[in-house]
Amino acid sequence: MPGDDSGESDEHEDRAGETAAEKGAERDSGGDGTENDKVPTNDGQRFDRLPATDAERRDPERPTRREVLEWWDERFGVDPSVFADHTFWERGRGKVWAFAGSAETPVETEGLGMTFLRTRREHWKPTLEAVQRFGDHATRNVVALSRAEAATFVAGRDQSLPWDGDWGFLVVTHELAGEEEPLGVGLYVHGELRSQVPTGRRREF
Amino acid sequence: METLERYADIVEDFGAFRAACERPLPSVVRVNTIKTTVERARAALDEAGIAFEPREWHDGLLALPDDQPGTNWPYVHGWLHGQEEVSAVPARVLDPHPDERVWDACAAPGSKTTQIAALTGDSGTLVATDNNLGRLSALRSNAERLGVTSVAVTHEDARNHSLKPFDGAAYDRALVDAPCSCEGTIRKNPDALEDWSLDHVQGIAGVQKGVLRRAVQTTRTGGTVVYSTCTFAPEENEAVLDYVLEAEPCDVVDFELPLEHAPGVTEWEGEQFDDRVRAANRIYPHHNDTGGFFCAKLEVTG
Ligand SMILES: C[S@@+](CC[C@H](N)C(=O)[O-])C[C@H]1O[C@@H](n2cnc3c(N)ncnc32)[C@H](O)[C@@H]1O
Repeated sequence: MPGDDSGESDEHEDRAGETAAEKGAERDSGGDGTENDKVPTNDGQRFDRLPATDAERRDPERPTRREVLEWWDERFGVDPSVFADHTFWERGRGKVWAFAGSAETPVETEGLGMTFLRTRREHWKPTLEAVQRFGDHATRNVVALSRAEAATFVAGRDQSLPWDGDWGFLVVTHELAGEEEPLGVGLYVHGELRSQVPTGRRREF
Repeated sequence: METLERYADIVEDFGAFRAACERPLPSVVRVNTIKTTVERARAALDEAGIAFEPREWHDGLLALPDDQPGTNWPYVHGWLHGQEEVSAVPARVLDPHPDERVWDACAAPGSKTTQIAALTGDSGTLVATDNNLGRLSALRSNAERLGVTSVAVTHEDARNHSLKPFDGAAYDRALVDAPCSCEGTIRKNPDALEDWSLDHVQGIAGVQKGVLRRAVQTTRTGGTVVYSTCTFAPEENEAVLDYVLEAEPCDVVDFELPLEHAPGVTEWEGEQFDDRVRAANRIYPHHNDTGGFFCAKLEVTG
């Protein structure tokens, strides 16, 4: 059930389910394949390339490439050059994908690269996939967990944790094979780290 | 097993073939080099206490002699993908280069798609097509876990594949890992032959011909098309190549495969195939202690 899958009990707008796999399952079980249960649209397969800058923007609410790059830089200290080989695409309202290939815009397809970032909301939120792939470039708002804390986190459970940095979405890492490795996204509020690992990616150790 | 008796005359050492078909298969994982290095994946397996044996012919292909591992950290990070050993052959034969345009015509659940993406360094445009939505959602989820950003997923019948959405240009390479009667998966799935019938074999051969034709048509002159199945039936293998050699401008070419194999057969039940199909490779279960497989490399000539 899509509504049970987001792992974001405090964030109802995300409850349509985060991953495309879950969306696929939704379609297979007779869903209509639309993008978001709050904003039904007839083109759930339509991807629009993000305009480069404000000057090129037609839809005033659509994020721009520049805003996306600035957000990663400001929030996590990820240098924009990390994404030099990727274009960004919006599917539905606010779901941004990162694609290494080339396509006409708009394009109708089942998937275009990787789900990357949730926009059109007060606090933008990276996907677990984006953090696992690009999070090693993050230099701030990164929290390193112990093995036991990491296990709690991937199981989808919240935990109290000391953290004197910003509240909000953090890159969560733990040590694997001798280096800190990004594991996923956590939401830090009120002294606790809330796991944002989607149901399909949760594991019990 | 009786079904396989029909291959007694084309398989050398048929007794060993039969015996191998009855043994279970070891489980094998491929290291996902999009997210890590082979070295670090091996270190993470050591940390987790999971034993592995490298397969010499393919860097980062590791057999796990003990049972299927449970939850483990390298898997959670998308460093590993469970993939049968012979299933790693066609992407290697395809040999995609960085920034190329590649079509994976029968792609779900994406073992070879994600392997192709690793081989291109996750660059270029990799179009992954399947006609089964449920299987496509498994492909999407594998691609996400493995951190692939170069793949565009299309839901369509590969026989009518359209080049339009992705810049309209021809592909540099295409893989047709065709739906088939799956005889070669008997070690993994002992029921694989339960629904076997000659009608089914002939029916699916029609789909295979259509998809392979489309792959040749959508690949540029000088480009490479790889055709593979996990079945032994010449109707689904050499006969499909023979058909495409006649119908489209292409050639079946030799390739290096550092695994024991037999050549393609040129004669089956009174039918003669184009001599060039000998360049295809048949991998039998007793050759390298794997599943059964068929793989051919084609070059587009016009
Ligand atoms: C052998 S499986 C592919 C395995 C895949 N290449 C991998 O490595 O994970 C064959 C696939 O072909 C798909 N298929 C069957 N007929 C098709 C058609 N006409 N067009 C596209 N895909 C088709 C099936 O749904 C199935 O997923």
